[in-house]
Amino acid sequence: MPNYRIHKTEYIDETKRVSFKYDGKTYFGYEGDTLASALLANGIHLVGRSFKYHRPRGIVSCGAEEPNAICQIGSKKDLTEPNVRATELELYEGLEASSQNCWPNVKFDIGGINNLISPLIPAGFYYKTFMWPKSFWKKVYEPLIRLSAGLGKSPTEPDPDIYDHKYVHYDVLVIGGGVSGIIAAKMAAKNNFKTLLVDDKKILGGSTIYQNNESIKIDDKLSSEWLKNEIQEIKKLSNLTIKTRTSIAAYHGYNFLLAKENLTDHLPEEKKKNKIRQRLWKIRAKKVVIATGSIERPLVFNNNDRPGILLSNSINKYLDYYGVTCGENIILFTNNDSAYETSISLHKKGIKNIIIDLRKSASSELIKQAESLGIKIYLNHVVTNTFGYRKINSLEIMKLSEDGNTTIGDKIKLSCDCLGMSGGWTPMVHMHTQSGGKLDFRDEDQVFLPKENSEDQISVGSCNGDFDLENIIDKTVNKINKFLDIDNQDYQDTNIICSKENDKRNIWLLPNKIPLGKTKCFVDFQNDSTAKDIKLALKEGFRSIEHVKRYTTTGMATDQGKLSNMHALGIIADTAGVKMGTLGTTTFRPPFTPLTFGTLVGRNVGKFFEVVRKTSMHEWHVKNNAEFENVGQWKRPWYYPKNRENMHDAVQRESKAARDSAGILDASTLGKIDIQGSDASEFLNRVYTNAWSKLAIGKCRYGLMLNEDGMVYDDGVTTRISENHYLMTTTTGGAANVLSKLEDYLQTEWPELDVYLTSVTDHYSTASICGPNSKKILNKLFPNLDLSDENFPHMSFKEDKLENINCRIMRISFTGEQSYEINIESKYGHSLWKMCIEAGKEFNLTPYGTETMHLLRAEKGFIIVGQDTDGTMTPSDLQMDWIVSKKKFDFIGKRSLYRSDTVREDRKQLVGLLTDDPKEILEEGAQIVLDVKSKPIDMLGHVTSSYFSPNLNKSIALAVVRSGKTMKGQKLIIPMENKNINVTVSDTIFLDKENKRLNA
Amino acid sequence: MFLINCPFCGERDQSEFSSGGEAHIVRPKQPTELSDDEWAEYLFMRKNIKGIQFERWNHVHGCRKWFNVVRDTSNDKILSVYKMGEKPPVNYK
Ligand SMILES: [Zn+2]
Repeated sequence: MPNYRIHKTEYIDETKRVSFKYDGKTYFGYEGDTLASALLANGIHLVGRSFKYHRPRGIVSCGAEEPNAICQIGSKKDLTEPNVRATELELYEGLEASSQNCWPNVKFDIGGINNLISPLIPAGFYYKTFMWPKSFWKKVYEPLIRLSAGLGKSPTEPDPDIYDHKYVHYDVLVIGGGVSGIIAAKMAAKNNFKTLLVDDKKILGGSTIYQNNESIKIDDKLSSEWLKNEIQEIKKLSNLTIKTRTSIAAYHGYNFLLAKENLTDHLPEEKKKNKIRQRLWKIRAKKVVIATGSIERPLVFNNNDRPGILLSNSINKYLDYYGVTCGENIILFTNNDSAYETSISLHKKGIKNIIIDLRKSASSELIKQAESLGIKIYLNHVVTNTFGYRKINSLEIMKLSEDGNTTIGDKIKLSCDCLGMSGGWTPMVHMHTQSGGKLDFRDEDQVFLPKENSEDQISVGSCNGDFDLENIIDKTVNKINKFLDIDNQDYQDTNIICSKENDKRNIWLLPNKIPLGKTKCFVDFQNDSTAKDIKLALKEGFRSIEHVKRYTTTGMATDQGKLSNMHALGIIADTAGVKMGTLGTTTFRPPFTPLTFGTLVGRNVGKFFEVVRKTSMHEWHVKNNAEFENVGQWKRPWYYPKNRENMHDAVQRESKAARDSAGILDASTLGKIDIQGSDASEFLNRVYTNAWSKLAIGKCRYGLMLNEDGMVYDDGVTTRISENHYLMTTTTGGAANVLSKLEDYLQTEWPELDVYLTSVTDHYSTASICGPNSKKILNKLFPNLDLSDENFPHMSFKEDKLENINCRIMRISFTGEQSYEINIESKYGHSLWKMCIEAGKEFNLTPYGTETMHLLRAEKGFIIVGQDTDGTMTPSDLQMDWIVSKKKFDFIGKRSLYRSDTVREDRKQLVGLLTDDPKEILEEGAQIVLDVKSKPIDMLGHVTSSYFSPNLNKSIALAVVRSGKTMKGQKLIIPMENKNINVTVSDTIFLDKENKRLNA
Repeated sequence: MFLINCPFCGERDQSEFSSGGEAHIVRPKQPTELSDDEWAEYLFMRKNIKGIQFERWNHVHGCRKWFNVVRDTSNDKILSVYKMGEKPPVNYK
């Protein structure tokens, strides 16, 4: 097996060998490697196939910007993870990784055929090619795209890993632990700012930490040695927290940032167990220092995507940090000085290399150094083509014309096994723009820079466009002193020597004799879009960068175009003949690199996913076999199946029992609001549609609450407990919103009213007993209470004691039966319930759930807000005009009840529906029409509630129908998939119109 | 995620609050006197400003108090916070 590990470094522990599997084959690396460096050490460049053309692709970079080396980690159904960048993944014993974007395997794949038919796959090919015939989409196109696109596989079973969230507050947050970040953190921490320094790598130091060029020195030491010393120093600072392996995912307003800390991803399998895998930090910082550095740009030329073509600086890092060379015969292609550092480093390690430089001349210290070492340099030359299928083996260069627009002279063919490219540097302004910051364009080196720094946020170092070390340190020190309003002298006498670059030659799309249409000049490696695609988009009329981006999919892959956005912009600007700075950039959105769902969700999984509210009686319901329904956060008994009954049978039995003898419902979840104050009556007058002033103490009244737009908002029964004291009930789901709305009016519109609201929903448990035998059961529970209709009539309220515990008893009914609601302090709810059940035994007292409750009330035509209403129903639409006071001067929503729209006769109105076949049960939500023959069919409304009534032995339904009020007796049709159901409009009250049962 | 300085509780995370839209829209004292158009003006019409906006917030998961906020909607900076019933600060217009 080839070994490209050519020298020892302090970051690789050669005593700790690590075995791992890649595409099923076992390899070895060392502790300290990333998957990418270990693969390169084994001579592996080819790591995937491109997205569209399935061209062989290799490792390009050494960081978060990597577009090609995207892996699927692990093979277990619950632990596999897609979209992991091999350049960021630390190697560990037992790691199993596979290349993601290649089927059936990386060396031979069917999709490669796309490369041969690529003239057929132009920009916007998805939009153009897969448009029609429509029938092809599901059966042909979609499976094909899914199979060949290979964007990784999701786990198919729940994630067994543990994730965590943590909130922290700091005076200063420093993002990035390179030279400028370290200086900033030290200055802040030494001046009494509680400081947090985060860096996504395993160790601090950025790219300076492996810098070993003799021409770059600080205080007479190699810059890397000087920095190591600084790192040792800051580790001693007591109010500085350093978090490595931690990357900022999002920078929101008000200096609220999300960071992901990797805790176990680098550990061997057996050491990961039972530990928190990743932690999401929610950081509030008074001030933020952005020191995220910059990333090297590729160059855009023909066949610039072959395996073995990397960013020049990445070749340097693999060499000096990991001890790995990316080739034995390397060519570096550049438009700036940084490739010379790589070249000199390679030369010192004995790796043969030559330089192709776009510039006509260059004369910095670094270049002189390279020349003196005898490194061959081709100035004013450009790479025009590369060769080699699975890895680059040679390339062609030509001379550049004076203006750089074309090539001249003869082709020179050079052999190589690796090509490093450097198109200059792009400041990482992502954090700045995520926070809402704007950008400026600097023409000299064609970079976007943070436009302004605010009082709570600043960018320093190369993310601010300062590239040489002297500039970085001097400017960082000055800016931080100003930003934090301090006078730190630590770096006053620091002596920096570095090579100064003075020439750059930026050409976004490099010239070529071959027509562009016949070249493959890749701009976005991950999404496989080329310079040709971008030009085609412009030709087809696209101008906005956002449109070109979407049409060509440039910059839209998981790397969000970290390497491609600038070139796309540059080519658009050049082609359209506009200045690049005027185009603007695309928006950088969080997350900066992909986040796992586990990290976002944290501990809120399984039973912690949502808050669950249970009534005091819950345990009884569970023991008695209840099926539950979620109503808001509440768990409510839905029905209580007996002896393997299905839902229908259980509901029929419960409904019949409630009307024939007695039923009991846990009504504890209804919202309860305690209303007190001398203006309580007036307040109720204003919030309900009906009048409240004359309600006697000890009486109850049903109320309907509207929105200011006249639409029904909530309903419920309110009881007058004493002169200035009411208890309001609301719907279960509406409780919190009703309280909020009432508070709003009290505090903002009617502050003069003396009224106090308290939510008491959880304070009371409620058992509701209904049916002809309910009075007898009540009598057993409260033998001293006079239950006669004269003393305790319908819609009234009494207090009594149950074994010395106070109970509030309301005689109110939602079923049309004689009915009592017993309220007791919540802690006694369970006992109350059991006593009711015990007392009711001889009367077949049957517990019933929400489904039966809905059925019983539908028999009586009582509405359920939210089921029979949807925010567009007025009281009149519901045929409830009787509840709207004509006398009251005002109440919420009154004026809206006679707007031109609300008085329309042809509004949708609540009606009853009876099916011609009494056995036929309608589907809730089904559409209602008059005539199925007219096209298009005129929809008149829909079914809102539908049940089979065991008490009437027929199907009943409520519905909203256009002009329904005038339609009684009208035949209508409900067209279903396989039949038409005939129905007749009826009254909404199906049972006991005379309300005889209330006092039976 | 804003930090909002509740005039009753102090600075808290936005997740404790709910927004109540434009401030200083007074509910008409005699709605019945209004034409459909005048009522619609109160009911539906909002300025939706890009720039300095006066708006209502409720510390719904805190003291439950409503209060007013002056916010620049173009950059989300909260410029001033004041209680219900207090006059809006005059230096923002
Ligand atoms: Zn508050």
